[in-house]
Amino acid sequence: MITIYSARKIITMNPSNPEATHVAVRDGKILGAGSLEELVGWGEHELNETFADKIIMPGLVEGHSHAMEGTLWKYTYVGYFDRMDPHGKVWEGAKNIDAVLSRLKQSDAALDDPDAPLPGWSLDPIYFDNQRVNRHDLDKVSTTRPVGLLHASGHIMNVNSKALELAGLLKSGINNPGVPLGDDGLPTGELKGPDVMTPVGLHVGFDRDMLACDEAGLIDFAKLCVRCGVTTATDLAARLPEEAVAMMSEVTARQNFPARIVPLRFHHGVTPQELIDHVLKLKKQSSDRLRLGMIKVVVDGSIQGFSARLRWPGYYNGAPNGLWYISPEQLRDIINMSLENDIHIHTHTNGDEATELVLDCVEEGLRKHPSRDHRFTLQHCQMADSAQFRRMAKLGLCVNLFANHHFYWGDEHYNLTIGPERALRMNACATALENGVPMAIHSDAPITPLGPLFTAWCAVNRLTASGRTQGEEEKIDVDEALYAITLGAAYTLKLDGEVGSIETGKRADFAILEDDPEEIGGDKLKDVRVWGTVQDGRIFCAADL
Amino acid sequence: MNATPTPVTILGGYLGAGKTTLVNHLLRNANGKRLAILVNEFGALPIDADLIEAQEDDIISLSGGCVCCSYGNDLIMAMVDMSKMNPRPDHIILEASGVALPGAIAGSLSLLNDYRIDGIVVLADAETVRERASDKYMADTVQRQLADADLIVLNKTDLVSVEDLSALKDWLHDLVPDCRLVESQQARVPPAIILDGLETELDGHAADKPHQIDRFETVQLDLPDRIDPKTLIEQILVRDPPPLRAKGFCRTLSGELATIQITGKRWEIGKAVREVVPGVVVISAKEPGALE
Ligand SMILES: [Zn+2]
Repeated sequence: MITIYSARKIITMNPSNPEATHVAVRDGKILGAGSLEELVGWGEHELNETFADKIIMPGLVEGHSHAMEGTLWKYTYVGYFDRMDPHGKVWEGAKNIDAVLSRLKQSDAALDDPDAPLPGWSLDPIYFDNQRVNRHDLDKVSTTRPVGLLHASGHIMNVNSKALELAGLLKSGINNPGVPLGDDGLPTGELKGPDVMTPVGLHVGFDRDMLACDEAGLIDFAKLCVRCGVTTATDLAARLPEEAVAMMSEVTARQNFPARIVPLRFHHGVTPQELIDHVLKLKKQSSDRLRLGMIKVVVDGSIQGFSARLRWPGYYNGAPNGLWYISPEQLRDIINMSLENDIHIHTHTNGDEATELVLDCVEEGLRKHPSRDHRFTLQHCQMADSAQFRRMAKLGLCVNLFANHHFYWGDEHYNLTIGPERALRMNACATALENGVPMAIHSDAPITPLGPLFTAWCAVNRLTASGRTQGEEEKIDVDEALYAITLGAAYTLKLDGEVGSIETGKRADFAILEDDPEEIGGDKLKDVRVWGTVQDGRIFCAADL
Repeated sequence: MNATPTPVTILGGYLGAGKTTLVNHLLRNANGKRLAILVNEFGALPIDADLIEAQEDDIISLSGGCVCCSYGNDLIMAMVDMSKMNPRPDHIILEASGVALPGAIAGSLSLLNDYRIDGIVVLADAETVRERASDKYMADTVQRQLADADLIVLNKTDLVSVEDLSALKDWLHDLVPDCRLVESQQARVPPAIILDGLETELDGHAADKPHQIDRFETVQLDLPDRIDPKTLIEQILVRDPPPLRAKGFCRTLSGELATIQITGKRWEIGKAVREVVPGVVVISAKEPGALE
C-alpha cells in the first residue's frame, strides 16, 4: 500500500531535489518526494493530509547520546534549565538552592518508606553564583533517608549526612582531594570524581543498575526521541552483555518502538582481541532498529573535570594534566585490529593531546591497513585546532563536536579550565567544515538534553549561558547545522545511504515540525516545535505517546 | 566495617614492567595466605595456567583458596563487591592498569572502611623506564606513577649493564628524591616485602629460596619498654640500609599496645587487637647494588 503525505514544505536534504510538497511511502521506505503529480505515477495510493500544514524534515539523527537519559527520569530532576521528560511534561528549572530543596521535598513526601534513598540529577550550582549545596542543605529534605544529587556534568555529587553516614564517611580525618571538609572537619557532602562518588552513590540509589539502560529506560528514551524529532540515536556506549542485547533486540522490534538505536561497545575491561571478537559477534545480531557492531574507545576524561589530556600549556588554572583511560599501545591494537576486521570505531577525546594521540595511531594504522572509507569518528574532540582538523581530513576521519557544551559550560571554560583563546575555538564547527571534515554535532544526553534542533541552535549562535557569543568565527549557518543533525550524523554512522535525507529508496524516517527551521531564523532554531516523527513509515505523534 | 580492614597492595607501573610476573610470583609464595588478585581485565592471561582451578565470568578460582577477579571499568564497585566476599581474603593485590595513577587509586580506596592501604608498589622496567618517562604522551603519567610509589621495584636489572643500572638509579633518585628501591629480576621480590604478615613468610621464603633472601637482611629490633610509635617509626625510617618493610608492635608511652606498619615510604600506626609481645621486624636490602 502506498501512502502519499502532503506537507506545507518538505526539506529533503537531497541536493538534486531540495524541496518538495509530497512524499510517497511504501513498506516503510520512500518511493520519492516531489509534487503530487510526480508521485501518483507510482500507482494506487492513499493521500494522507495529517501533515498538510506541517514541515517535514528527514528524521533527525543524534550521533552521541546515551539511552540512560531515559532511565534518569525515574529520579528527581533538579537542573537549572527547563527540561522535558519522556511523558512530555516540562520540568521548570530550579533557579536556586531553595527551589532545588522544595523539588526534593515533594519527592520526599511521595515516598512511603522513610529509609528509601532519594536520588536527584542534573544539579548545576555554577549557576547559583557558585554557592555550593552542602549536606546541611540536603538534611533539610531528610535526615532519615540518604539523599544524593548528581551534577549535570556527571563528575560531582552532593549528598546529605545520612548518605555519608551509611558510607562510613561521616567522620573526621579524611584526607582526599575529592572530599572537601567543612570547618567541623567533617565532609561537606560534596564528592568530586567518579571514584569518590561510587561508594556513596550506592547508598543514594545511583548504583550500577542505574547506568545500564533497562527496558523501561529504553522505552522512555525512545519517547524522548519522538519529542525532539529524532528517528535514529546512538547509545554511546555500553558493555552490551548478552542479556542487555537480548532485551534491546526484543524491545526495539516491537511494532510501537519508534526509533533506530545504535549502541556502541565500550572498550574497557576486555583485551583488544576480546573486544573485536565480541563486536564481530554483535554485528551479526543487528536488526533494522538495533544496529550493533561498532566500538567506542574512551581515550581521556573531561575538561570540566580536569581529567582531559591537554597539550602544552595545559589547564588555564594550572591544574595538573588529566588522565589517560587507555594506553597508546592498547589504542593502537584496537585501531589496527578494527581496520583489519572492517569494524567502525568512535573515539572519545576531549583534550587536544588525546585527539593528537588518536590522529597518530590512525595514521600509523592506515599505513599498515589502508582503508578508503573507515569513517572513524572523533567524538567531542572539543579542543582540536585547525592543524588537527587538517590532519583529520587527510586521514579520512569524521568529527562529532559537542556544540551544546558551549552553551552550558562555555563560560566556565573561558574563565577557568582552558582560558579565553582556546575557549573560542572549542567545538570548531566552521573550521571542521572549511577543512572538509565530515561533521556532526551532539548533545551527549543526558549530560545535556536530547534535542538536535537545540544543538543546531548552539552551533549557529555559540551563545553561552551568560549570554556571551563565544567564538564568532566558528559559527555555522542554519543549512550547515541542519545538515549536521541529519546527513552529517548519519554519515558518521555509515547510515547516510539509508537515512538522513528524504529521497527514493531511503527509510521513511521523518521529523514532523510545526515551524519551518529554514524560515524561523537561526536565533530561534531551538524554538521550532516538534509534532512528532514518522519512523519506518509508522506515525508517532508526541502528544499521543 | 566491624571486621579488621583487609590490607590492599596497589601494584602500579607501565605496561610490560612485570606486574603480572610479580602477581604470579606472589601467588606461588603465598604461604597459605588467601590472596585476592584484582586485574583490569582477563585476557593476556594474568595468571599462570597451572595455578587456575576454575573460571567463571568475572572470577577465577586459584589454588590455595586464592582468587582473581577483573574489575573492568569500575574498580570501586569491584572493591565494594569484594568486601562482601565470604571468607574475606587475607590480602588483596590490586593490579592497576598501565596508565592509572596508583596514588589516586589509593586515595579512593582510603574512603572504603573495609580496607587498609598496605602499600603502593610500582614496578619499573630497568630497560625501558627512562624512555617511557620521556615519551611524548606518557612521560608525566610514568613519572607520576613512580612518584606515587611507596616502594619502586626496579625490575629486569639483569637486562642492563652495571653502569646503566647505576645511572638509572641516580636518575630515579633525582626524579623521586625520597624513593625506596628494590631491585629484581623476573619480579622475584621476597613476598615478605609486599605481603602483610611478615615474620612467618620471611622464614618460609628463606627456607624455600635462600638465594633470594641473600640480598636482604631481616632485623629484629630491641624495643624499650615504652616508646612513642611515631618516634619509633622515625628511627626505623632513617636506618641504613633503608627499610623496605617493617611490622610489629610496641607499647606506647601510655602503656597501650600499638601496631606499626612500614612499606617503603608509607607508615601506619594502629591499635593492636590482641595482646602480644612487643617487637618489630625490619627488612632492608643489604647492598642495593650487589646482585648475586
Ligand atoms: Zn558520551
